[in-house]
Amino acid sequence: MSRLFIARNKRVAARNLDGEMMIMSGKDSTLFTLNKTATIIWQAADGATPLDEIVERRICPVFEVEPAAALQDAETLARELATHGILDVSDEPIDSSTQVGNAPAGDSR
Amino acid sequence: MSGLMQEVTVKALALGIPMSVQLDLTYRCNERCVHCYLDHDDHGEMTTAEIKHLLDEMAEAGVFILTLSGGEIFLRKDFFEILEHARELTFCVKLKTNAILIRELEAARIRDLGVESIQISIYSHRPEVHDAITLVPGSLKRSINAIRFLKSQGLKVRIANVLMIQNAEDYPGVRALADELGTEFTLDPTVTPMMDGNRSILSLGVDTTALQRVFRDATLVRDVEEFCAVSSPADDDALHSLPCSAGHTSCYVSPYGDLYPCVQFPLPCGNVRQERFADIWRHSEQLKEVRAIRVKDLSGCSQCTHVTSCSRCPGLAYLEGNMRGPSTQDCEKSFARTGIPSVNLQSKKPSTANLIQIRMPPALAAVSA
Repeated sequence: MSRLFIARNKRVAARNLDGEMMIMSGKDSTLFTLNKTATIIWQAADGATPLDEIVERRICPVFEVEPAAALQDAETLARELATHGILDVSDEPIDSSTQVGNAPAGDSR
Repeated sequence: MSGLMQEVTVKALALGIPMSVQLDLTYRCNERCVHCYLDHDDHGEMTTAEIKHLLDEMAEAGVFILTLSGGEIFLRKDFFEILEHARELTFCVKLKTNAILIRELEAARIRDLGVESIQISIYSHRPEVHDAITLVPGSLKRSINAIRFLKSQGLKVRIANVLMIQNAEDYPGVRALADELGTEFTLDPTVTPMMDGNRSILSLGVDTTALQRVFRDATLVRDVEEFCAVSSPADDDALHSLPCSAGHTSCYVSPYGDLYPCVQFPLPCGNVRQERFADIWRHSEQLKEVRAIRVKDLSGCSQCTHVTSCSRCPGLAYLEGNMRGPSTQDCEKSFARTGIPSVNLQSKKPSTANLIQIRMPPALAAVSA
């Protein structure tokens, strides 16, 4: 099975609001908010780390989920976000020059 | 505002996060609009490094929407360097400009940097009217050319039309122009006093008749009857609500680093050259005072018929001398909309007029009617 690579699309706007990302699509200015799990995946979407590794290292230890089921959910999420132009997905690593910078954590006092 | 944006804003309010900031990069301008509220001399603008540092601080504080405005933003030679830095920090960037310095190259770069939208001031579809307001011959043509360049790059453009005596009849033409160019259109009937408090430019604002025409134009307000209806009396929730988002989830920073609740609310709250942005946002006594105000605290307004539907601007009230008082321009708008004078307007009625009415003999009154 081929591995999936994900990268934050460079045209989006994003900010972490109390642990949840708000993201505005660069395509049509639609606003999305990601829950805490999706936010972890978004923040780890550097184009170089395969999705299965992100799930294994960042999701499974925190949420106590079955790795296979978590990966399936993560793939569904990634492809859904890709349709809205807020994530890029590929079977190969994605050039880091196409990414936006790491969104600062924001104030979450 | 979309439902989700409203939800996010409510959350930001609860967390004390400044969701939205307008940053003016310069007050210098290549137009000299007759109604402009700014002093265009440079009194020591922030440097590139200072602005980048401020952007870092604002991102860290949670600012999401960043509006870059002026003056004319493209007069800053470092504009694209600032914009690039803002986008690296993943702000949702909106621009306000007259656009006369935007050509194909600039439009392409704006697209590449993922700017959300560009607002451009157009005062009339007729060059002789627009150019007489900007005092720059050929400015309408150049702004329209720029809009075409931006649209050809697939960018979202909004035409902003300030309504004044000089262009009161032209907004349908500007709207048609916006349709032709494929842009959004907003009409603003408010002329703002100068930031130093000088109110002389208010004489350029339109009168009640012109406002009535706008408020009864179904193409602008959709449902005229609903828009012009007198609002229902304020309940307890309305009286305990916030008068405005200024200072609560949004603020304004001048080219000199002064932080205010809003561009239209020049109450000095601190300077980002001397204090961290987040420290001013959290600890400024002035912002705390603004945040403490609820609708029930507004003198006159809290008892006014229009309290739940009025567009009262606390900044304009502040410029009139009392941030808890009415803003007469908004009282006039409420009057033009509904035909009912606000509490503030009633209190301003000359007493002699009342006396004449009282003394008018019945027979004469009948003739007058």
